[in-house]
Amino acid sequence: MKRVKLATVWLDGCSGCHMSVLDMDAAIITLARKIDIVYGPLVDAQEFPDDVDVTLVEGAVSSQEDATKIQKVRQRTKTLIAMGDCAVTSNVPAMRNGVPVSQLLHTIYATSNGSKDVPGERLPQLLSHARPLHEFVKIDMHLPGCPPSSKLIVGVLSDLLDGKKPELAGKVKFG
Amino acid sequence: MPKKLQLRIDGEMVSALEGQTILQAARNSGKYIPTLCYLDGLTPVGGCRLCMVEVSGIDRLVPACTTPIQDGMSVSTTSAKLTRYRKIMLELLFIERNHICAVCVSNGHCELQAMASQMGITNVRFSYNYPKLSVDQSHSRYVLDHNRCILCTRCVRVCAELEGAHVWEVTSRGIHARVQSDLNQKWGESRGCTNCGKCVQACPTGALAEKGWAVEEMIKRNDNITVLAHRKGAGA
Ligand code: SF4
Ligand code: SF4
Ligand code: FES
Repeated sequence: MKRVKLATVWLDGCSGCHMSVLDMDAAIITLARKIDIVYGPLVDAQEFPDDVDVTLVEGAVSSQEDATKIQKVRQRTKTLIAMGDCAVTSNVPAMRNGVPVSQLLHTIYATSNGSKDVPGERLPQLLSHARPLHEFVKIDMHLPGCPPSSKLIVGVLSDLLDGKKPELAGKVKFG
Repeated sequence: MPKKLQLRIDGEMVSALEGQTILQAARNSGKYIPTLCYLDGLTPVGGCRLCMVEVSGIDRLVPACTTPIQDGMSVSTTSAKLTRYRKIMLELLFIERNHICAVCVSNGHCELQAMASQMGITNVRFSYNYPKLSVDQSHSRYVLDHNRCILCTRCVRVCAELEGAHVWEVTSRGIHARVQSDLNQKWGESRGCTNCGKCVQACPTGALAEKGWAVEEMIKRNDNITVLAHRKGAGA
């Protein structure tokens, strides 16, 4: 049987969703027989491959870099899954949305950090708002939760491998 | 003694008393209609529109919590159309304010969050509004966080109808509407507030909470409000 190519992507999130993926314990043995992890923070690949079957994306789109990346990921992925509340709703990263970016950076780097100025060109260029993935690209499935449980992620991946559509009503919640 | 009326709910014949609402008739016969602004014991206001149902012969949807039953009425509580509208209504509540469940005192105990989960809402299709809203921490025991308020007015009604203090009101209109205490004073400066906390218990979300609780810790007991209201014979 052809192995399914799985990628994971980490945008503006705390890595908690990736921890949830890692937390699947023994289930990884069963899954590993059927999938190859081809890209993501858990593996070494530098470039997002051309023909990924399933991609799990953690995090909101907060910078120009995130926005460019998610477009590329979409083009190269068959089933794109928004994993966790930051990807689904923009969640905690969006708590800065009420503050203009220049003021935000100034507060973080100059006021509260005691440094004189903001390290301009070394920072990724922030968008005016952190926004959910579906405002940038078409998302095939949303897995809310902060983080979504390991069990849920394993369940969804297993269903997809079996060619089934995961049933999420009553099983997921925001937060 | 009110007259007994007969009606059909989802095809099943039930009887209820004249003057009762569709929601009351449904609940008394064990039928479920989703609600948010309704709280048993307080006067229904028909604000959230989640309880919308179809009535044969009427070409618009009606809120079950405020619509009185009529003899021979035939009501449908579920349909693809109702589900579609109910989901839209909930999603609009999520975009209107800042609902960041992961860091909310009511996470895991919130009626809005639970309703979204139950209805299978996995994401919100509309653009978030990200309004800049204040948090009133001036009261010694409670907090009001406008970021989480859905303007259900349960706080307004419980304070006026059960406590008799009428501290809460809704000020401004549309997207600018806010609950306010007394004449738009800080809650801590309200002379009407008796510190009873009924508004906190009645609030379906994390908008009103007791101080001192962290994320997920605020558990409310609005069943007590219902019991108290029925004891006093208030509401319906
Ligand atoms: S009030 Fe409810 S829906 Fe809003 S953030 Fe808190 S838990 Fe989530
Ligand atoms: S504060 Fe709570 S009870 Fe009052 S209107 Fe807002 S959500 Fe409803
Ligand atoms: S419960 Fe009927 S309109 Fe809110």
